[in-house]
Amino acid sequence: MTLKVGDKHEAVVVENIQRTHIVKYAGASGDFNPLHHDDGIAKNLAGYPSVFAHGMLSMGLTGRMLTDWLGAASLQKYGVRFTKQVWPGDTLTAKGEVTDVKQEGGKQLVTVRVVTVNQNGESVVEGEAVAAV
Amino acid sequence: MPDGYEFPVDRTQVMLFARAVGDINPAFCDPKDPATVANGGIVAPPTFVQCSAHWEPDYALDLTRPGRKQRAGGGGGLGRGLHAEQHYEYHHPFHPGDTLYATQKAGERWEKEGRRGGKLLFSESITEYRNQDDVLCVTARSVGVQTEKAVEQ
Repeated sequence: MTLKVGDKHEAVVVENIQRTHIVKYAGASGDFNPLHHDDGIAKNLAGYPSVFAHGMLSMGLTGRMLTDWLGAASLQKYGVRFTKQVWPGDTLTAKGEVTDVKQEGGKQLVTVRVVTVNQNGESVVEGEAVAAV
Repeated sequence: MPDGYEFPVDRTQVMLFARAVGDINPAFCDPKDPATVANGGIVAPPTFVQCSAHWEPDYALDLTRPGRKQRAGGGGGLGRGLHAEQHYEYHHPFHPGDTLYATQKAGERWEKEGRRGGKLLFSESITEYRNQDDVLCVTARSVGVQTEKAVEQ
């Protein structure tokens, strides 16, 4: 695969996210913050409308777009900011765009701008990844 | 032996984690897949080291862990803490069968005024994951934020 600046890739990484997705991530990751599974605590103690997904679930789902596109073992760096919460019912589309390509050690070192948006087009995750492909 | 708490990389945990992030890439679960063979064995999804939390003594976000004392107030101090940023650098591959050792240190701390009033207190935590040969595999930098008010939508 040869990539050039401006190349794009996108994927729907979760459709209509359910509390069950969130609970599954809690179990796998070990992050049992009750804001992500206990509506009572999310609403009454913290003042949110409901539970919401772990930021790290959004980052993990977004990672799939990167590894499907660039290779499962290709990433050198991957970093994001969490820009908006993800609520049950949301659908997320992860988008990548190549912003820089360098040649290094017989490989392309590719920098990708990453944005994941919800069904309203609002970004939930924004960041950057570097991959050797 | 490297410093830090032990985090054995286990094939089942890699599979569970990959499923939890909606990923069925055979590179994360099928040892016979050509991609897996080319990668020198099963590799883990990019955010996998998060689940070292299961091995972290007194991990703050697992208050129901057996043997652990509950904090007062049910939700404890968890209600206002949010994850603001997460960054990884991947230095060296690791596979099931490897053992990682995680060391954590605090990074920068800073304050910002929220858009709707109320202070936002940011703090950085840096975790380094070294393998059994003391080779640095992953650096993880996490930025947390404590809010005075619930974040409005």
